[in-house]
Amino acid sequence: MAAKAERSKERVAVAKTYKIYIDGKFPRTESGRYFTLEDPKGNVIANVCRGSRKDFRNATVAARKAQPGWAGASAYLRGQILYRIAEMLEGRREQFIAELKLQGVTQRAAQKEVNASIDRLIYFAGWADKYQQVFSAVNPVASSHFNFSVLEPTGVVSIIAPDDSGLLGLISNVAPTIVGGNTCVVLASESMPLSAVSFAEVLHASDVPAGVVNILTGLRSELTEHFASHMDVNAIVFCDGARKTARTVQELASDNIKHVVARTDIDWNRDSAQHPYLIRDTQEVKTTWHPIGS
Amino acid sequence: MATPENKLAFDGGWEYSPAPESTDHIKVEKKYELFIGGDFVKPESGKYFNTINPATEERLSRVALANDADVDKAVKAARKAYRGPWSRMKPADRGKYIYRIARIIQERAREFAAIESLDGGKPIREARDVDVPLASAHFFYYAGWADKLEYAFPGRKVRPMGVAGQIIPWNFPLLMAAWKVAPALACGNTVVLKPAETTPLTAMKLAEVIADAGLPEGVVNIVTGAGDTGSSIVSHPGVDKIAFTGSTEVGRIIQRALAGSKKKYTLELGGKAANIIFADAAIDEAVEGIVNGIFFNQGHVCCAGSRLFVQESVAEQVIRKLKDRMETLIVGDPLDKNTDIGAINSKAQLETIQSYLDIGKQEGADIYQSACALPDKGYWCRPTLFTGVSQSNRVVQEEIFGPVLAIQTFRTFDEAISKANNTPYGLSGGVWTDKGAKIFRMTQSVRAGVVWANTFNKFDPTSPFGGYKESGIGREGGLHGLDAYLRLEA
Amino acid sequence: MSLAAVDTQRKLPDLDRVPRVDEVGVNERVARFQSRSIKKASKVEALRMVLSMIDLTTLEGQDTPGKVRQLCQKAMHLHDSVQGLPHVAAVCVYPTMVSVARKALEGRDIHIASVATAFPSGQAPLNVKLEDTRMAVDQGADEIDMVISRGAFLAGDYAFVFDEIAAIKEACGDAHLKVILETGELGTLDRVRRASVLALHAGADFIKTSTGKIQPAATMQVTLVMLQAIRDYFYDTGRMAGMKPAGGISSAKLAIHYLVMLRETLGNAWMTPEWFRFGASSLANDVLMQIVKQETGVYQSADYFSKD
Repeated sequence: MAAKAERSKERVAVAKTYKIYIDGKFPRTESGRYFTLEDPKGNVIANVCRGSRKDFRNATVAARKAQPGWAGASAYLRGQILYRIAEMLEGRREQFIAELKLQGVTQRAAQKEVNASIDRLIYFAGWADKYQQVFSAVNPVASSHFNFSVLEPTGVVSIIAPDDSGLLGLISNVAPTIVGGNTCVVLASESMPLSAVSFAEVLHASDVPAGVVNILTGLRSELTEHFASHMDVNAIVFCDGARKTARTVQELASDNIKHVVARTDIDWNRDSAQHPYLIRDTQEVKTTWHPIGS
Repeated sequence: MATPENKLAFDGGWEYSPAPESTDHIKVEKKYELFIGGDFVKPESGKYFNTINPATEERLSRVALANDADVDKAVKAARKAYRGPWSRMKPADRGKYIYRIARIIQERAREFAAIESLDGGKPIREARDVDVPLASAHFFYYAGWADKLEYAFPGRKVRPMGVAGQIIPWNFPLLMAAWKVAPALACGNTVVLKPAETTPLTAMKLAEVIADAGLPEGVVNIVTGAGDTGSSIVSHPGVDKIAFTGSTEVGRIIQRALAGSKKKYTLELGGKAANIIFADAAIDEAVEGIVNGIFFNQGHVCCAGSRLFVQESVAEQVIRKLKDRMETLIVGDPLDKNTDIGAINSKAQLETIQSYLDIGKQEGADIYQSACALPDKGYWCRPTLFTGVSQSNRVVQEEIFGPVLAIQTFRTFDEAISKANNTPYGLSGGVWTDKGAKIFRMTQSVRAGVVWANTFNKFDPTSPFGGYKESGIGREGGLHGLDAYLRLEA
Repeated sequence: MSLAAVDTQRKLPDLDRVPRVDEVGVNERVARFQSRSIKKASKVEALRMVLSMIDLTTLEGQDTPGKVRQLCQKAMHLHDSVQGLPHVAAVCVYPTMVSVARKALEGRDIHIASVATAFPSGQAPLNVKLEDTRMAVDQGADEIDMVISRGAFLAGDYAFVFDEIAAIKEACGDAHLKVILETGELGTLDRVRRASVLALHAGADFIKTSTGKIQPAATMQVTLVMLQAIRDYFYDTGRMAGMKPAGGISSAKLAIHYLVMLRETLGNAWMTPEWFRFGASSLANDVLMQIVKQETGVYQSADYFSKD
């Protein structure tokens, strides 16, 4: 749905249907519901899928199915794929800038956000084969055993992406999650969901295996509880400042002792918002023992 | 080939005479108070509870019952000590206090071992050779970290959290106290510790050690009691961090209770570990690993290898050897140096175990128990095997926390892994094979925080411990164990 | 499989199917045996049992008939000031000394064991080894302690080693055959396990760790692995075989650890001189000192116990 000004021109623009991204496909929500996204002036920008509990369930099934293969991919390959995402995003800079502007972001801020998003992907792509070296350990146990601790992905991660940073906020949480071998189901920013859907198209074109990243749009008030309670989700990354929701998330997470990673009050534009501890947040430490003998 | 009559005989003949550990040098007071602010103080509740010797059912001592007001006092004392000397102290000096604790435990090792055995029912051999030396080693290890923390987390600044509330179980009372207290102190926190209600005595002895070591008052506070005391710590607003070791059931309640608070938490919960024996394993050592995996500490071990998977081609051989080995396990007086399996920790736990034995039988499993004699008084359970079970049996799915092993067979690698991971738990696992490549694929595939390959139930202060999935959150031990007690900042 | 079938169907087993051995696990198991506390009545019983299981040994180039007669005297009279002591199980000597020992032990229930087969190296042709064996048996040896051809074993020529043992077993006639693996030369516990299986299937009545001429000689680790091989052989065939650690066991305490290991690995049926021996020269006196200490409560001095 383009602005009125464009209608007077010769070409009739093709409006984009924003769909959700599950298991490498772009279905509409199974619920058939939508919510309307408006620009600051009240013009309708898009009808966005109002993802349902069932969409989330389907996405989680896809994420679980994809997880062992993704974790089993070499660190080098995961790094290359993240780098590939950055390349694809670079090629579509203008589209993303325009889309952010459509959602009310200024030109300058939109440019900055897209640039930072690309750079953030590169940053985490580079960590793929390094964080293990930083965070693992050989432990000098007193007995005749070789003992080492390494990081392993926790599994399937649900992510409530930051609301105020539609693209960068999403990437800043998805990249460290998947670079470590997890798969994820993301709830996009409710107020700025378009970049997330377009980013799914970038993922789709970037050799990311189906199911590794699944992106839903919808209402936080409706979906957060499901993101927190699903028994086949190992961790929830929760970017929302509301105390009350945080409490609910924690309560529901306890059903299966889910890891709760709360990320609030973070300015995702800052360099300090990128560090390998974000990767570590969704990793488990595995310690292995073996005798030394003959 | 194998015929039943080719049977080894372990009964009769040369027997080991009783070899009880002497307890003349052990001093157990008639009554223990709370350790708050460096003093032993009477509980506000005015109430005391009994701690009994599970091997004799006799009362060992009476122990103060801490209520909300007592916990509040302890938290305030810890807060004061945190603000005051402890967080401002030179880190190296903090380390020196912790080193002192390690040394004093070594000096009083026999006393600790005997009391641990008396209060909890564990064999003196294990208390002497495992619990107490490891507890001391844990303090020794973390003492050294106190002034080196900035090297543990590259690119981060570290700060202590404040007051840590720590709730520990009854299976390794002193060792769990060490696992909790040592890293907390090294990282500059102060502590309110609650030992389990059936095994409070070594914690109270630890209080004496802490006092003797000259730690500033209030740095470590020990409050005794049951679940109510624990929940009072969990919900106290002055506590910055909760560390809990115990059942998944209680862990869930704690995680829920902490919802909405800013308290950090680490949870060390239950397990139902798979111990997987391949046909090409060193079979006799694997049998030892099975025994050590499930009968160590009466099976009161969260990481116990309680689900055995044996490759079909060697299953008969392994089970035969296991049964013969079980006949040599001595069940009885925990204070006897030759006892392999001591008393079940409490009457309640014995009832739980017995209910699972009934469930197993009702579900149609075959039960095998060793033929050993049991003492008349006290709480005992013979080492037990269940065969003829599958993944759907409750004795396979649920944590029994006793000397009860459920045995299944498998044919292929993938089948073993798929069954091993088919559980909500993920604390530990064991793999036995002589083939290196298989070991690595196996240890990578088991979804658990600790994987023992060609060994089982090994612990070390330098080695991180903790679970995946419903077995918990966070690690204890090693460099990774520091994380639980620090705030990392940019 | 019946006992008779085993004896007539000696066949080299597939050694690849012999269970692997993990050294660290074996060390841990041994440490557990050593942590058993043997006190009071069980200690006294153990000490007497140890004495009764000793193969009192002299295997020196400088052995003379005089030395062997002294040894036999000691075998019969360990320490007569203590009433009711058992005698040792056997004396162990070179083949040339068998007749001396036979005469010295006339009418006594003490076996004569003789090393044979070009002891200790085993480096001689089979006919020489067979002759060595027959000679010792002819002279009156009840038991033959043979050495295996370690060179052939290490070179992988298992059939050669197997056939050699089987041939010596034939040559022994009624005498019992103890097969010395010389574990100190085998290098790994895996090889000890395989050599044990090989020897048992070839007809060994006993397997024995060492000649005493090579270090390390008997250790609890190798003995455990050999006991496990004996157990597995018993499981499979129903035939009991004996075990003899030799060399390096000189203290009563260590000998009791071995008994603990024996009891918890093979059970009570093996706890007699018929199935378990200590090859030792100085163990007896330490055991005697312990027995006297148990009786008197006073720690003893070696000066009060005859060397031989």
